[in-house]
Amino acid sequence: CSRPRAAPSGILRIPVRSSSLPLFSDAMPAPTQLFFPLIRNCELSRIYGTACYCHHKHLCCSSPYIPQSRLRYTPHPAYATFCRPKENWWQYTQGRRYASTPQKFYLTPPQVNSILKANEYSFKVPEFDGKNVSSILGFDSNQLPANAPIEDRRSAATCLQTRGMLLGVFDGHAGCACSQAVSERLFYYIAVSLLPHETLLEIENAVESGRALLPILQWHKHPNDYFSKEASKLYFNSLRTYWQELIDLNTGESTDIDVKEALINAFKRLDNDISLEAQVGDPNSFLNYLVLRVAFSGATACVAHVDGVDLHVANTGDSRAMLGVQEEDGSWSAVTLSNDHNAQNERELERLKLEHPKSEAKSVVKQDRLLGLLMPFRAFGDVKFKWSIDLQKRVIESGPDQLNDNEYTKFIPPNYHTPPYLTAEPEVTYHRLRPQDKFLVLATDGLWETMHRQDVVRIVGEYLTGMHHQQPIAVGGYKVTLGQMHGLLTERRTKMSSVFEDQNAATHLIRHAVGNNEFGTVDHERLSKMLSLPEELARMYRDDITIIVVQFNSHVVGAYQNQE
Amino acid sequence: VMFCRLLSVVGRQRTSPGWQNWSSAGSSTSAAEARSVALPTEAQVVICGGGIMGTSVAYHLSKMGWKDIVLLEQGRLAAGSTRFCAGILSTARHLTIEQKMADYSNKLYHQLEQETGIQTGYTRTGSVFLAQTQDRLISLKRINSRLNVIGIPSEIISPKKVAELHHLLNVHDLVGAMHVPEDAVVSSADVALALASAASQNGVQIYDRTSVLHVMVKKGQVTGVETDKGQIECQYFVNCAGQWAYELGLSNEEPVSIPLHACEHFYLLTRPLETPLQSSTPTIVDADGRIYIRNWQGGILSGGFEKNPKPIFTEGKNQLEIQNLQEDWDHFEPLLSSLLRRMPELESLEIMKLVNCPETFTPDMRCIMGESPAVQGYFVLAGMNSAGLSFGGGAGKYLAEWMVHGYPSENVWELDLKRFGALQSSRTFLRHRVMEVMPLMYDLKVPRWDFQTGRQLRTSPLYDRLDAQGARWMEKHGFERPKYFVPPDKDLLALEQSKTFYKPDWFDIVESEVKCCKEAVCVIDMSSFTKFEITSTGDQALEVLQYLFSNDLDVPVGHIVHTGMLNEVGGYENDCSIARLSKRSFFMISPTDQQVHCWAWLKKHMPKDSNLLLEDVTWKYTALNLIGPRAVDVLSELSYAPMTPDHFPSLFCKEMSVGYANGIRVMSMTHTGEPGFMLYIPIEYALHVYNEVMSVGQKYGIRNAGYYALRSLRIEKFFAFWGQDINNLTTPLECGRESRVKLEKGMDFIGRDALLQQKQNGVYKRFTMFILDDHDTDLDLWPWWGEPIYRNGQYVGKTTSSAYSYSLERHVCLGFVHNFSEDTGEEQVVTADFINRGEYEIDIAGYRFQAKAKLYPVASLFTHKRRKDDMELSDLHGK
Repeated sequence: CSRPRAAPSGILRIPVRSSSLPLFSDAMPAPTQLFFPLIRNCELSRIYGTACYCHHKHLCCSSPYIPQSRLRYTPHPAYATFCRPKENWWQYTQGRRYASTPQKFYLTPPQVNSILKANEYSFKVPEFDGKNVSSILGFDSNQLPANAPIEDRRSAATCLQTRGMLLGVFDGHAGCACSQAVSERLFYYIAVSLLPHETLLEIENAVESGRALLPILQWHKHPNDYFSKEASKLYFNSLRTYWQELIDLNTGESTDIDVKEALINAFKRLDNDISLEAQVGDPNSFLNYLVLRVAFSGATACVAHVDGVDLHVANTGDSRAMLGVQEEDGSWSAVTLSNDHNAQNERELERLKLEHPKSEAKSVVKQDRLLGLLMPFRAFGDVKFKWSIDLQKRVIESGPDQLNDNEYTKFIPPNYHTPPYLTAEPEVTYHRLRPQDKFLVLATDGLWETMHRQDVVRIVGEYLTGMHHQQPIAVGGYKVTLGQMHGLLTERRTKMSSVFEDQNAATHLIRHAVGNNEFGTVDHERLSKMLSLPEELARMYRDDITIIVVQFNSHVVGAYQNQE
Repeated sequence: VMFCRLLSVVGRQRTSPGWQNWSSAGSSTSAAEARSVALPTEAQVVICGGGIMGTSVAYHLSKMGWKDIVLLEQGRLAAGSTRFCAGILSTARHLTIEQKMADYSNKLYHQLEQETGIQTGYTRTGSVFLAQTQDRLISLKRINSRLNVIGIPSEIISPKKVAELHHLLNVHDLVGAMHVPEDAVVSSADVALALASAASQNGVQIYDRTSVLHVMVKKGQVTGVETDKGQIECQYFVNCAGQWAYELGLSNEEPVSIPLHACEHFYLLTRPLETPLQSSTPTIVDADGRIYIRNWQGGILSGGFEKNPKPIFTEGKNQLEIQNLQEDWDHFEPLLSSLLRRMPELESLEIMKLVNCPETFTPDMRCIMGESPAVQGYFVLAGMNSAGLSFGGGAGKYLAEWMVHGYPSENVWELDLKRFGALQSSRTFLRHRVMEVMPLMYDLKVPRWDFQTGRQLRTSPLYDRLDAQGARWMEKHGFERPKYFVPPDKDLLALEQSKTFYKPDWFDIVESEVKCCKEAVCVIDMSSFTKFEITSTGDQALEVLQYLFSNDLDVPVGHIVHTGMLNEVGGYENDCSIARLSKRSFFMISPTDQQVHCWAWLKKHMPKDSNLLLEDVTWKYTALNLIGPRAVDVLSELSYAPMTPDHFPSLFCKEMSVGYANGIRVMSMTHTGEPGFMLYIPIEYALHVYNEVMSVGQKYGIRNAGYYALRSLRIEKFFAFWGQDINNLTTPLECGRESRVKLEKGMDFIGRDALLQQKQNGVYKRFTMFILDDHDTDLDLWPWWGEPIYRNGQYVGKTTSSAYSYSLERHVCLGFVHNFSEDTGEEQVVTADFINRGEYEIDIAGYRFQAKAKLYPVASLFTHKRRKDDMELSDLHGK
């Protein structure tokens, strides 16, 4: 096998596909039963069905070799020949294991850290005069890509014209265009939906007369989180149309705005706008192509709105919001604040069956996928599952050549009789925060499929409390010698340094998600192997992981409680 | 070094019946009775704080004959830091004044038991200061030289000798050590109780469990104290409240700023060793390991100054006593490791306790004493930087002298409260600064150290401009001043690496700046100088200045006079330059750190006359110093005015336009003896004038320069700096400034009588310039200040400052020469003849270098034509 060279980033990169697998098995001398579960729960056949995706390169920005996990696509029998049965891979690696050379490519701990920390971001809610009056202390977020480039997105912002903070994770599929658009736009739609009539009028008047606009959101972004400059005008116009309609709809009597309703409206409206923009097109060819890519790719969204003790979670798809609750005895328990919209959810299966004729009962969900293709049952974009066949054909034909040449976009899902099959409407959960609710974890399914929710909450809980109070040592009345104390302290310091390696709870969680061994502790060797996987292979072992850990201020939450 | 002490259980029980009431009634009444005794309604002095400082002040005041004294303690006597302190008395200090205070304390505590009958646990153990590195050893050698000349025995010893002194020590990594045999350990709480007892016998009334709420002030004068038990009218108030001194100072209606802040401090107590350590086992200070170790009841007591201190009480929690704060073993871990490395055999020794006793630190690691500049009669003694026990006796004595005589018997400017102003009293500043100060206790103290925290507080409007051109900065009184300018192609060492006792890495940079000052022209931003304006409607301004200053200020308008602001004994309270702007208005330029002191002095001595206006205009002007032979060309080009000596004589001041800007005060002086001009520019014109000067100056080879160049220039010209070379115990006659004193100017002035007498009797010390002869700049240790001077092998004084002279290509040290009688050690008259007839040596860390003594600058060596007045030019600037 050819000798790999270190990529500039320090990540080992394997030059060609053919040599990648043997090398990979060299670097992974672990027993197979150990790393077998690592392979994501998608079937191996899908992994090796990758070859047929080469031509999607231009549809989305994803790697050509790697399948979109949530979207299985085997359009023609001809393509099936590319898809090797899973035994192939198995034999391949097994056979190679015995031929392995002792050559190993491990990352050093600093290299591991630089990979893990590349996308980390922390925000502390500013204190005023030493007093923090927000129920949120701050949040930590991070992302670890598996796709190249990553298809996950995250957003966080403080609402400036209303109270509260918005946080969300977005998991894209069939490219990152849709998740990018949703991450940029959704919070504006939510914020606008929450605005009182007078503020909307004020904003509209300002736009009308060209005055400075009231800022609506204050974003808390990692430098890598970008916004599309080119589309901002287009997006703004759609948003403005939305608030104009809200103004027109208002009957004059000021009603209390219901957060749940606002969230649902915002989700639906944005998805509608995405669909409309793709149908109308744009004279600018770049933008025209962009809106089509957005509409033809998809994204799930899990968004939290925190205002005082009121926590709303709006979820579309299979990302998850998990509340970390500290019991009186100090232990941690997980409270799920969202339902996954996928085949594991009976109510979703029921809903789909009800929404379509009986004749489709068998085809609407096949092999746990929508129409046998899509894993999440709710999503933004994905017009292939929403538009009529006519509309799809019309748009593709009039669209740019890139779209027209694309097998994926042209392909109509099988058994496609009564669209739409897919909706972006979120399920909204309300939770009233209590002092024992210490934090909220929002994460894409990349995390949840590698870790149990209970472990997630325990790891974050212990990390966050460890930051604040480490149980101090007291000599008390015991007989302790200087030597014993020294030994104890040295041990404690070593332990602490591994915890304090991460200044960010999300990073700490990713470290565990990727590096945990069978004993539930971080194994550096394993971590190093997982992170040095070449781009093409990373996707087989894990999905993009995006995590936001929001920490609540128990004092403020407690004070709210006492007020009432 | 240290400080703290744990009062033995036995000691506490023994003394406890007695200390609740030390009132002059003297009877051993019970605690309950003591508290029921009503406070007196008036007293001459009220001292707040019953720790070692308060009791020491009370002790010394009562010894000096002041009897009407009340001492108030919020909790119990000796219950704060004093009680917890480790009880190490160490005389090895960096400042001579600190050495003297510690030496006096040592002698005082030694005889205290005999005097009072109260056991103090005083044991002469000696102390050993270990050096793990050569640099540390140099630092110890410097201290050693200075200890010896003030009569404190000490010696540099080998690691082998260290092992003999303390058998538990691992000495393999040591390069040497300093042994100070007369250092001691003592129970500081018992010392405080003994001092209180003696004071009580002398009539001082002591009340515990009485809190001072605030001090009452009328017309800038202390009138009384409000306590939780009632009011006491008094003339003097002494704030010895330790870590609560800051809060107490702020509690006044007219706040008194006492910049100090507490940090947690940890030390470890163990059970006795199997073979208990003898009580005479010396105290060990391993500064490189950041720890101290003393014997304690057969076991050891060990603490240290960690790199990551934990400041506390920033928000000013005013709890009564130091409750047992939490032990933090994890925090102590590095110090424990260091202890076990130094004494590996202690592994099996059983722990008794980890004590957490907060210590108080100040922004410059020196204690705070003296009178408040804002409130007369308000004295302070606090901020001991964990050396309270060592300083207690001496500091109490100096403060008592200060109160009784008006000034202490030694110069204590380095410790004077007035070196600080309100600008150092921000809690954030103090919190950040003490986090730097506490580790510095055991860091290597190298020349030209600058604090890194609490910077960029006061800056000139040109700061960013200069910074972009490579300026490296130092700070004085919160003001950023350029040291030198690093050329773009040159890299200097990192901060830690640049620490050296030898030739520094900026040597060549400063050389080129000095050369440019000599041959072309340089600009130095000197905006930090303190600037006052005194104006009056009539002749009041002239009259008051004539009384306060020794030179004749009745000069024609436009003239500048160098003059001293003297005290009763003829010593310099301030050294300044005064320009007569008009008949009735004067512009006064003083050193940067005089801002508080000079203001207080003027306010104190000026008549309350509404027609007399004193204004601090420091912030209004940016000062640029144009030094060099071509300065005259630059200025005349910018002003279209002739600047030659015929039109603009030396020591002359004129408002003129420079560039587009009008109203620039141009003064023909440079504070260096070099030709050139000072420009005092209203700040809004600063950037414009600077830009114009730099662009016009281009063709004359202008460049930026910093204070290091300035320092080299003026030390080689034998210019004394107030605050470093001269102080309130130095008279003009002792530093060759007879010409700046006009004894017969037609009216009396402060200090005139003392000077007249001195003129008749002769001086007892003489400011002298030394040129090092056999000193190799590249290889030898550099002089700094405080090096002993030997004349014909006899110690005659210490240097006060030094610099490398690029034109002499030699080091120049300035210092005072005394004439100690060989028989009695008494000071005798120093004549010019005495100076000239000696063979001199300067002792740098134990190495003696031959030096030539000069009473006048070496004119012949200077290449340029000197002006007649140059010799009179003075200098305002601190160090």
